[in-house]
Amino acid sequence: MLSAPILISAIVNGLLTGSIYALVALGLTLIYGVLHIINFAHGALLSAALFAAFFVYQKAGIDPYLAIFLLAPAFFGLGYALQCLVIGPASRGDERAMLLATLGLAVLIENALLYAFRADTRTIDLPYAFKTVDLAFTFVAVPRLISFAVVFVVALALWLIMTLTDTGKAIRAVAKEKLGAELAGIDVTHIYAMTFGLGTACVAIAACLLIPTYYVNPSAGNAFVLIAFTIVVLGGMGSVPGALIGGLVIGVVESLGGFFFGESLGQAGIFLIFIAVLLIRPRGLFGATA
Amino acid sequence: MAKIHDRLSRRRFLASAAIGVAAAGTGSVARPSVLCAQGAVVKLGLLHPVTGALSYSGQQGRIGATMAVDEINAAGGIKALGGAKIEPILGDAQSTPDGGTAEVEKMNAAEVSCIIGGYGSSICLAVSQAAARYDLPYVVDVGVADSIITRGLKNTFRFGPGFGVIANTALENLTVINDQAGKPAKTVVIVNEDSLFGSGLAKLLNAQLPAKGFQILETIPHPTPTRDFNNVVLKIKAQAPDLVIPANYYNEYVLLARTMQEQHVRPKAIYSVLGGAASSYKFVREFPDAAKYIMDCNHWFNPKSAKAMELKKKVEDKGQFYTYELYMNYTAVTLVADALEHAASADRAKLAAALENSTFSGHIMPYGPTKFVNGQNQGAAPVNTQVLDNDIKAILPAEFANAKVVFPMPA
Repeated sequence: MLSAPILISAIVNGLLTGSIYALVALGLTLIYGVLHIINFAHGALLSAALFAAFFVYQKAGIDPYLAIFLLAPAFFGLGYALQCLVIGPASRGDERAMLLATLGLAVLIENALLYAFRADTRTIDLPYAFKTVDLAFTFVAVPRLISFAVVFVVALALWLIMTLTDTGKAIRAVAKEKLGAELAGIDVTHIYAMTFGLGTACVAIAACLLIPTYYVNPSAGNAFVLIAFTIVVLGGMGSVPGALIGGLVIGVVESLGGFFFGESLGQAGIFLIFIAVLLIRPRGLFGATA
Repeated sequence: MAKIHDRLSRRRFLASAAIGVAAAGTGSVARPSVLCAQGAVVKLGLLHPVTGALSYSGQQGRIGATMAVDEINAAGGIKALGGAKIEPILGDAQSTPDGGTAEVEKMNAAEVSCIIGGYGSSICLAVSQAAARYDLPYVVDVGVADSIITRGLKNTFRFGPGFGVIANTALENLTVINDQAGKPAKTVVIVNEDSLFGSGLAKLLNAQLPAKGFQILETIPHPTPTRDFNNVVLKIKAQAPDLVIPANYYNEYVLLARTMQEQHVRPKAIYSVLGGAASSYKFVREFPDAAKYIMDCNHWFNPKSAKAMELKKKVEDKGQFYTYELYMNYTAVTLVADALEHAASADRAKLAAALENSTFSGHIMPYGPTKFVNGQNQGAAPVNTQVLDNDIKAILPAEFANAKVVFPMPA
C-alpha cells in the first residue's frame, strides 16, 4: 500500500501542519528567549484567540484572514498589558514567580472561557473551506496553503523586526544581558511587555489561520502548546529561524511517524526527537551559544 | 561561562516545564453542590461531569435532568408523597472517577434518596460502587460499559442499552442494510480512537465482521485528541474500501468527516457505532455536506413519541441541541419519579425495590417494555439513524423508523 504519491502527500501534509506549529512556537520561543520564562498561558491564550476569531467571524462576518489585522494588534495589546500589569508586578523580577504567574493565568483564562462559552466545540463554515487544489497525487485544502504562506510572511516580519528595528535590537540586548541593557538606558519593563505582546500576537495570527479548518473549545489551544515546547527545544530557544524549521521538521516527523507507525505512535516520534536533542545537542539546531 | 549559562537555563526550562505540567493537571475548578433548605421534598442527586474533558456532555446531561425535575415539580411534584417537590442536589464529577466518588459522599451526607447520572463509563463504575456502600439507589444515565451492571450491585440501575447490546444490534443492522441493497459492500476500513471505547469496538468488529461476510482491509487507530486526519484519509484512499467505520469522539469524528470530504473520499457508506458526531444535530447543522448520508447505531429518542418531539422543541427553543445526554438524563429522572410514585416513599430501600419492579411506560425512548434484570432494563435498545435532508432520521428498527435508508450513498 506504500506508494510514492502517498508518501509525498504525507510529507506535504506534515509541512502544512508543521507551519502552524511553527507559528505557535515562534511566540513561545520569543518569550522564552527574552523573559527566560516558559509561558504556560500560551495554550490558554491560543484558545482565547480561537474564540476571538470565531466570534469576529460569527458576529461581525469578518473573514478570519482579514481578522488577522484586527486580532494581531488586539492580542499584542493584551499581551503587553498582561506582562505590564499582571505577570511583571506579580513576579517582582523572580523568574520562577513569573512562571507561576503564567500558570495561574492559564487556569484563569481557561476556566473563564469555560464559564463564558461552556465546553461546547464550535466550528465555522467558510464558503471556501472545502476548496482544494488538485496536486495530481493529493488534494490540498486552500486554507492550509494560505496558512503556510502567511506563516512564512510572519516569520520573515519577525526576523526583520528583530534584526533591523531599534525595538528588535533592544529585545536582543535584554535577552543577552539584562543588566547591561538596563545600564545602556533600555527600558527593560517596556521591552519585556513588547516581547510578551509580540508572542501573543503570533498566537492570535495562528488562531486566525487555524479556525477555518479546526475547531475551538476552551482547551483547544493546549493540543498545540506541548508540541510547540518541543519545537522550541529543537530549534533553539529564542531563535526565529529555529522555530520555523523546527516546526516544519516536527510536522513532517509527526506525519510520517503517524503514517508508518499509526497515529497513536506518531506523536512518540516527536518526543523521541525531544529527548535526542536534549542528549546530543542541548542548545538546539539554531540555539545561541552565548 | 556562556555555555554553562545556556545549560542552566535549559535545566530550568525543563524543571519549570515539569512543575507546570504537574500543576496543570490539577487545574480544573470544582463547583460546590447546591444545598437548599429543608421542606416537604425528595432530594435527588444529579451527578454529571460538568467540568473537565467530558464537560460538554455533562452539561447537556445536567440540562436534561433539571428540565425533568422542573417539569415534575411544576406538575405538582410526587403525588404519592402528598405533592412533595423534588429538590435537585447538583454535583460535578469533574470528568474523573475520583470526582464522582467524592460527590457521592457529599450527596449521601445531604441525604439524597437516589443518584442519577455519571455519563462516562469509568465515572459510572466508581459512582455505583461508592453508592452501594450506602445502599443508595443509583440510576446510570448513559455509561454503556457492560461491567457497570454485571458486578451484581443491587443499587445500580441502567435504563438505556449497554455496549454489548448496541454493538450486536449495530452488526445485525449493518448486515440487514447491506443484504437489502444486494450486498454492495464487501470491504471495510475501521478508524478508531485508541482508548477503551474505540479500541474495544475495533477488536469486536475485527472478530465479528469477517463472519458476516465483510473483509477488513485495515484498522487505523488514532489518539484523542488528533489534530489532523489527512494521513488517516490518505490510507483510506489507498485502500478504497466500500465502508468506513469510525469509532471516535465528536471532535475527531468531525475532523475525519471533513477531511474525507476535502480529499474527495466517498465510500459506499460511513457507518458508525456510537459515533461521536454521527447522530449530532450540531454536526449536521454545521457541516451538512460532510454529514450527508452518514449512518450510526446509537442512543436515540422515539421520533414517534409526541412527548419526545415536544421536549425537542422546548430544548431547541432554548437554543440548545437535543443530544442523547439530554434526553437520556431527562428519561432517567422521570423513571425515578415514576418509581417514587410506586414506592410512595423516599426511603432508599423502598425506592430501590420500586426501581427493580418498575414497568415504566409512556417515556420518550424507543424501547420495549421496561423490565429490570440485575439492574439492566431488558427493553433498552439502540436505534440506527441516517443523516437525510439535513436532518437525522431513524431508519431501524422499523417500528420506530421515520425514514427509509439510503444505501449505497448516491455519488
